[in-house]
Amino acid sequence: MSKLTRRLLLEGAGSLAAAGLVGASGLTEWARAWAQSAQWKPEKGAQLTLLRWKRFIQAEEDAFTELVANFTKATGVKVTVINESLDDVQPKASVAAATGSGPDLFWGLYSLPHLFPEKCVDVTDVADYLGKKYDGWVPSAIAYGKSGNRWIDIPVAYNGNVMNYRKASMEKAGFKAFPKTTDEFLAFAKAMKAQNTPGGLALGHASGDGNAWVHWCLWAFGGNVVDAKDKVVINSPETAKALEYAKQLFDTFIPGTASWNDSSNNKAFLAGDIHWTANGVSIYATAKSQKADMAADIEHALWPIGPAGKPTEFHVAYPIMIMKYSKFPQASKAFIAFMMEAANLDPWVEKSVGYLTPGLIAYEKNPIWSADPKLTVCRDVAKRTLTAGGLGSVGEKAAAALADFVVLDMFANYCTGREDVKGAIAAAERQAKRIYRTS
Amino acid sequence: MADVALEARTGRAPVRETTSWDRLKVNRDWLGFWFMLPAMAFLILFLAYPLGLGIWISFTDAKIGRVGDFVGLENYEWLSDDSIFWLSVTNTLLYTAIASVFKFAVGLYLALLLNENLPFKAMLRAMVLIPFIVPTVLSALAFWWIFDAQFSIISWSLKQLGLITQNINFLGDANWARASVIFANIWRGVPFVAITLLAGLQTVQPSLYEAATIDGATKWQMFRHITYPLLTPIIAVVMTFSVLFTFTDFQLIWAMTRGGPVNATHLMATLSYQRAIIAGQLGEGAAISSAMIPFLLAAIMVSWFGLQRRKWQQGESND
Repeated sequence: MSKLTRRLLLEGAGSLAAAGLVGASGLTEWARAWAQSAQWKPEKGAQLTLLRWKRFIQAEEDAFTELVANFTKATGVKVTVINESLDDVQPKASVAAATGSGPDLFWGLYSLPHLFPEKCVDVTDVADYLGKKYDGWVPSAIAYGKSGNRWIDIPVAYNGNVMNYRKASMEKAGFKAFPKTTDEFLAFAKAMKAQNTPGGLALGHASGDGNAWVHWCLWAFGGNVVDAKDKVVINSPETAKALEYAKQLFDTFIPGTASWNDSSNNKAFLAGDIHWTANGVSIYATAKSQKADMAADIEHALWPIGPAGKPTEFHVAYPIMIMKYSKFPQASKAFIAFMMEAANLDPWVEKSVGYLTPGLIAYEKNPIWSADPKLTVCRDVAKRTLTAGGLGSVGEKAAAALADFVVLDMFANYCTGREDVKGAIAAAERQAKRIYRTS
Repeated sequence: MADVALEARTGRAPVRETTSWDRLKVNRDWLGFWFMLPAMAFLILFLAYPLGLGIWISFTDAKIGRVGDFVGLENYEWLSDDSIFWLSVTNTLLYTAIASVFKFAVGLYLALLLNENLPFKAMLRAMVLIPFIVPTVLSALAFWWIFDAQFSIISWSLKQLGLITQNINFLGDANWARASVIFANIWRGVPFVAITLLAGLQTVQPSLYEAATIDGATKWQMFRHITYPLLTPIIAVVMTFSVLFTFTDFQLIWAMTRGGPVNATHLMATLSYQRAIIAGQLGEGAAISSAMIPFLLAAIMVSWFGLQRRKWQQGESND
C-alpha cells in the first residue's frame, strides 16, 4: 500500500464528505506534484479525446469529470470526453481502428481491445507501474489486459453484476439468507413466484445482464463454450444440464423476459413488479435517490455456486486502451496512470457507490465497501469473475461469440421452447465452431 | 520584308492537325457526356464504389481492423446452412410483404379521403405526415414503451377493462413481436404512401369524373376505371420505394428488439449489422447484406418493366 493512500484514508477518515473536501483543495496540488514526477511526460501541445461508455450513475460521471479537470490543471493537457451508450462503444472503436483515426483513448467493455490487439499501444509500463504500487492485479485483470506478453489495455474496473433482491419478500418466502447453491436458488425462485413476488433475468439481446447470467449458468454446471486450447466443447452433458436448470428457472420468471434488454429489469424492479434479478448496483443507487423505502429493503448477494463447485460469475469488465494512431501516446499513458492513482480512483469509486470495482488488489481497502454493508459483495467481484471466453482465450473470438449472443441465444432458444436441448446446443456449436475456426 | 515573311511563317505554325481530343471537346454528341461527368463521378464514388467494396468484402474473411484474405464463396456456403440467416430472410420477406400491403391499402384509403373536400384540409394533410417526420429512433422508442413487457399501455388498458389478466408478451413472443414491429413499420410508412398518392390523385383531370358522372358511373366505377388506371404509374413508383425502404429497414428493429426474441425479428439488415459491426465478422456481415441485392434488384425490375409498359402509363387496353 502506498503512502499516499494511507494519507488519503487518514485525511478522509472514512468519511465521504471529507474525501470530497480533499478533492477540492489538496488534490490539485497533489496532481501538480504527480505530473512533475510522473514517468510519462505529455507531448508538447498534446490534446486528448476519450470515448467512454455513458454513465449509469450521475455521481460516477461527476467524479470522473472532476478527475479529468484535475489532470488538465496539472498537466495542461486538454481532455475531451465523449459519452456513448454502452452498446455503441464497440462499433465506434472498431471503425476507428479500421480507419486509423478517431479518439485517442477508448474506454469500453470486456475484451474490446482484443478485437484489434495490434492497433493498441503497448501499455506494459503503465500496468507494471500500477501493479507494483497497488499490490498487483487480480487474475482476470491480467487476462483482460495482456495479449501475449504485453499489456494492450488497462482494466480500469469491473461492474459487478450481482443478485439484487428484496429482503422482506425473501424472508416471507422462508429464506433467512440468500441461496448459496444452485439447488437452493431454484427453490428460492419457485417460492418467490409462488407468493407472487417473482424475479426475472434478461433473455433478450441484453449484452450486459443477459450475457452475465447465461454464462454463470453454463459455467456453474461445468459447461464451456471452448476448452483451454480454444477447441469448441459446448456440446456436452454439462451444457444440457445447465439448459435444463435454466428452463426450470425461466418458468419462475415474470413473463416477458425474452424481450428484456439491459434496462428492463431495472425498470421492473423499481416498479415493484419483480423482487429479485441480477444487475449492477444501479437499481439500489436509483432507489436510494427516489424510493428510500425500497432502498432499505434491497440487498445484494453473490451468485450461487453450482455443481462446478467454484464461483462462476461473469462480471462486466471495463478496459481502457490507447489507439496506435494517437499522436499523444505519452499523454494518454500519463492520463491512465493518473486516473488509476489512489488519490483519484478512491473518491471516484466511492462516488460510484459500488458500481465500479477496480482490478488492483489494494483497492479492496476502500472504505466504501464497509461503509455500506449492502455494497460489500461488490468488493469481491473483480477477484471472482471469470473472463470472456471462459477457459479459452480472451481474444477477438471470445468477443465475437459474446457479441453474436451464441450462449445467450442457446439458452433463449431452449427456455422459450423454440428448440429442444439438442437443437439449441447444435445451433450454438455450429456458430461457435465457425467463430473459433482456425484459418 | 524579311520580318513580314517571318511573321507569316510563325503565324501559320499554330494551325496544326485537329486531334481527336479537340474534336471531343467541341463535339455536340460528347457535350452531354462532359456535363454528366461530375454526376457520374459522384455516383461512382459514393454509390458504386461502396457497393462494389461490400461485395468484394463478402468474398473475404475480413474482420474489423484487419483486411481479410480472399475465401471465395465460403461466407455464402456457411450462410446457406445457417438457420439464423434463413430465419432473417423469411422475416425480411414476411415483414416487407405484410407491411407493404398494409401501407398501400391504408395509404391509398387515406389519400382518397384527403382528396375529398374536407374542412381543415391543409391541416389534416399536414398532420398525416407526422409519423414520417418524427425521427425513426424516437418513434421506435415510443413503440418500445407501448409494447413493453411490464409497462405496456395496451396491456394496462386491457387489464383495466378486465379483458385480460396478464400483460400481453408483445416483444417476448415470436409472433407477437413480429406483429408489433410490423405494426410500427406500417405506422411509419403510411404517410409517405398517402401523400405521394394524394399528389397523384390531384393530377387526375376533373373533366374525366364529370364525363363519368354524366354517363351515370357509380363511385366505385369511377375509382376502378378512372382513378386507379391513372394512378398506376405513381403506385408503381411509390410501392417500389416503399418495398425498398421496408426491405432494408434497420432502425425500428434495432431500437425495439435488437432482433430478439431469439432472433424472431432479425431482418437481414440487423443481422448483417450484428455480425459485421458488433461481432466484427466483416466478411460474413457483408455477405448477408450482399444477399439482399438480388431481392432488391427484383423489386426494382418489377417496377422498371412495369413503367415501360404503356398499359401502366396510360391506362389499360392501350398496349
